[in-house]
Amino acid sequence: MPESTLDVRHLRTHFFTRDGVAKAVEDISFSLGSGEVLGLVGESGSGKTVTGFSILGLVDAPGKVVGGEILFKGRDLLKLSEEEMRKVRGNQLAMVFQDPMMTLNPVLRIDTQMIEAIQAHQNLGKVAARELARDALGKVGIASPDERLRAYPHQFSGGMRQRVAIAIALLNKPDLIIADEPTTALDVTIQGQILHEVQRLCRETGTSLIWITHDLAVVAGLAERICVMYAGRIVEAGSVDEVLDRPLHPYSKGLIESVPSHNQRGMRLNQIPGMTPSLLSLPEGCAFRTRCPKADEACAGMPSVQKAEGGRHVFCHHPHREAA
Amino acid sequence: MSLLVFVGVNVVGDPVDMLINPEADQAEIDRVIRHFGLDKPIHMQYWHFLTNALQGDLGKSFIFGMPALQLILMRMPATLELAFSALILAIVIGIPLGVYAGLKPEAKVSRTIMASSILGFSLPTFWVGLMMIMVFAVMLGWLPSTGRGETVMVGGMELSFLTLDGLSHLLMPALNLSLFKMSLVIRLARAGTREVVHQDYMKFARAKGLSESRLIMVHLLKNIMIPVVTVLGLELGGLIAFSVVTETVFAWPGMGKLIIDSIHLLDRPVVVAYLMIIVLMFVVINLVVDVLYSILDPRVRLQDVQS
Amino acid sequence: MSSIRYSTRGFASRTFKAEMSMKNPLLQDGATEGLTAAESPFQRFVANYFESRVATVAFFVLVVILILGFFAPLISPTDPYDLAQVDVLDSRLVPGSESYTGMTYWLGTDGAGRDLLSAILYGLRTSLSVGVLSGLIALCIGGAVGLIAAYFGGKVETLIMRVVDIQLGFPAILVALVLVALLGKGVDKIIIALVVVQWAYYARTVRGSALVERRKEYIEAATCLALSHRRIVFRHLLPNCLPPLIVVGTLQTAHAISLEATLSFLGIGLPITEPSLGLLIANGFEYMLSQKYWISFFPGIALLITIISINLVGDQLRDVLNPRLQK
Repeated sequence: MPESTLDVRHLRTHFFTRDGVAKAVEDISFSLGSGEVLGLVGESGSGKTVTGFSILGLVDAPGKVVGGEILFKGRDLLKLSEEEMRKVRGNQLAMVFQDPMMTLNPVLRIDTQMIEAIQAHQNLGKVAARELARDALGKVGIASPDERLRAYPHQFSGGMRQRVAIAIALLNKPDLIIADEPTTALDVTIQGQILHEVQRLCRETGTSLIWITHDLAVVAGLAERICVMYAGRIVEAGSVDEVLDRPLHPYSKGLIESVPSHNQRGMRLNQIPGMTPSLLSLPEGCAFRTRCPKADEACAGMPSVQKAEGGRHVFCHHPHREAA
Repeated sequence: MSLLVFVGVNVVGDPVDMLINPEADQAEIDRVIRHFGLDKPIHMQYWHFLTNALQGDLGKSFIFGMPALQLILMRMPATLELAFSALILAIVIGIPLGVYAGLKPEAKVSRTIMASSILGFSLPTFWVGLMMIMVFAVMLGWLPSTGRGETVMVGGMELSFLTLDGLSHLLMPALNLSLFKMSLVIRLARAGTREVVHQDYMKFARAKGLSESRLIMVHLLKNIMIPVVTVLGLELGGLIAFSVVTETVFAWPGMGKLIIDSIHLLDRPVVVAYLMIIVLMFVVINLVVDVLYSILDPRVRLQDVQS
Repeated sequence: MSSIRYSTRGFASRTFKAEMSMKNPLLQDGATEGLTAAESPFQRFVANYFESRVATVAFFVLVVILILGFFAPLISPTDPYDLAQVDVLDSRLVPGSESYTGMTYWLGTDGAGRDLLSAILYGLRTSLSVGVLSGLIALCIGGAVGLIAAYFGGKVETLIMRVVDIQLGFPAILVALVLVALLGKGVDKIIIALVVVQWAYYARTVRGSALVERRKEYIEAATCLALSHRRIVFRHLLPNCLPPLIVVGTLQTAHAISLEATLSFLGIGLPITEPSLGLLIANGFEYMLSQKYWISFFPGIALLITIISINLVGDQLRDVLNPRLQK
């Protein structure tokens, strides 16, 4: 068995809507070692979140995982029964959501929501579970956790709620946490704190982390490897430094160049022309070709995954040459 | 409020006409007019009525010869028992059906549930009651069609639901009375479920690895109970008012049947007393619902000390 | 829309109104795209309405019911209240029996020997007229009161809406019960009671939509032109508040018919001389315990079909007149 914690192979998740089939995730593969941090980058609607939900088996109708394998510690999650999957969720595999204002149930106290998460997986009494919950709150930097346990979500600020959500994700010491843009809805200062906190906790516990974001700056400081997604496919994968410094795919390049801090003052900010195509009506061949500066006739045919040095992958007919 | 009822009852109609037993002679008429102060100007009458009412004196029933208030209070437990049974039935049957329809909106069963709830809104209560009697009492002979059956005294109140016989008498009227509210609960529960299941916190709860049963019984139910309890609480008054119909159909000896009989027999003090009590009940119910609402929804609760 | 028809004076007013009608979501409904511009809004409305099969069926059922009720004296086999045509010997006959004159009682006869089918048709007539008449009167009164509240605002509005709120706080049956107890029996009395029960719903509806309309520019334009209050309210504001009023009117009429039947059943509604469906049902009650179900059953079915078809038509009207308000 390879030592990778997670091995996603040719995953395909489609949404069967009234207007047609939306291929939200189409044939993506990536793997993640123990304790590794992977950044999953892309704009809204590129399929990052659906990828996360697919791994957890939480894709809602009309969506459905239609193909591929998700090997988690050697087991294919897609083949597990609902009850077996439930035992994995929140136990070995946890997720933190994007909007902290929405992830906690407004009518239940924090302790209820934490204790139930523990008791779903561990055979512990209320008192012991409560101890654990209190410790977890302390770890994510919440002051006077004893009092806070008795509070309701509306008594917390957004940043505090996200800390609670992270504490809940950590409760059962998972092997992998999927964090879906957990800092996007927060103030910049809070963002930094949370980022730092998560990084520290994952390092301490040896937890693997998939960090889903559209913010390249966040990934740069956090992840070891990144996957860039566009229109349901991974268009480029590789180590953070190499991808950010020498992007191979025109889309990654455009994405990096459109980050303001990347440019010199006074220089015109680069932008990717056009809009993300609708998943219901993707252009034939390469989905990016309508916006790509290098597109030609060849791009009307489906590109294939090309390997580059340093274990990098790119999904393009005309990858940027290292020399260029 | 008391002014409204008083004016309503005494000014719109002709008090003398209805206050007096139609068979009474002239002397009796004069005596009653004097007794009720009907020869005095209207504001004096109201004052008289109000001071008496505050002392719990709402007049005497012509038919039963006892204080109207006492008469109504005697009949009240039966009505309350009926109304609460109907309320409980509406919740116990309505919420699971509504939640199911909300969880599986496309399923055939759900469509059937929703279609029947539309029917529940449209069907006139009294006719459904008649049909129930026809099917269950007359044709099948399963359930008795009238009365309360054997009752047990609990704390000075006669209650039917504690004996098997009483329960069999209670079942049909309670079900009949609850049908309309049940349709309402089904709709509320369905709408609430449809809204709540798509919330992030439901997905997060599933991501925690909770079982479906805990998800629905705790996370979903606690959220949808808020609108259901609020609306239902306010509807309890409606149930008590509508028990007039059900009680008449099933000859249930509650205060609803009493008021209909009193209207037929022109027993005016009872009618007035009934209205005063109903108004009072509405006020109390509204208060209780407010309190319940704040218990259920922590967001409207007064801020705790720590914040 | 009607607003164009009603704008009679003032260029500014006309322009604004034309704009308003262009923004009307009804006119931009995707379903009507294929229709030519020459078709009137009414035709588009009709096309939209008949898209739903259930609503179409309900509409035609309702038309049939209205015709049956309206022409009851012409259609029904006998006049159930002409004593010469009623024979007590024929009382409580099973549906399908024949009278001694050879006529078939399709739905049987009631306790007094009346042909039940005829009695139902006459009852339907009474129920419908009471329901529709009370609905119309309540619509006029409630609509006017609501308009006044919305247009003038201030203390007038507070007072009116206070009364409306108090009344709506009590169940309709209770209010009706009190009024009928006070007023006594009779067609006029019960209509008054039903009007009192219903007016508040109309007032609230009209005020709600009038408040929205009032803020729109065409009313401002009309005010700038110094049109009289009466003209603005009735010629400009009212026509634009009509759609919700029609919907509420339909549903309320069904409610009124049901309420009247309930009151009549309780014996405090219409007098015995003018029996509605409710009274027919009540009359059959005593015979039901001896398994003579039809005397109550068939009038009930007639009542049921009437109420359900009106409700379905009302629901569809609401969806068509206001695409934003989905079920």
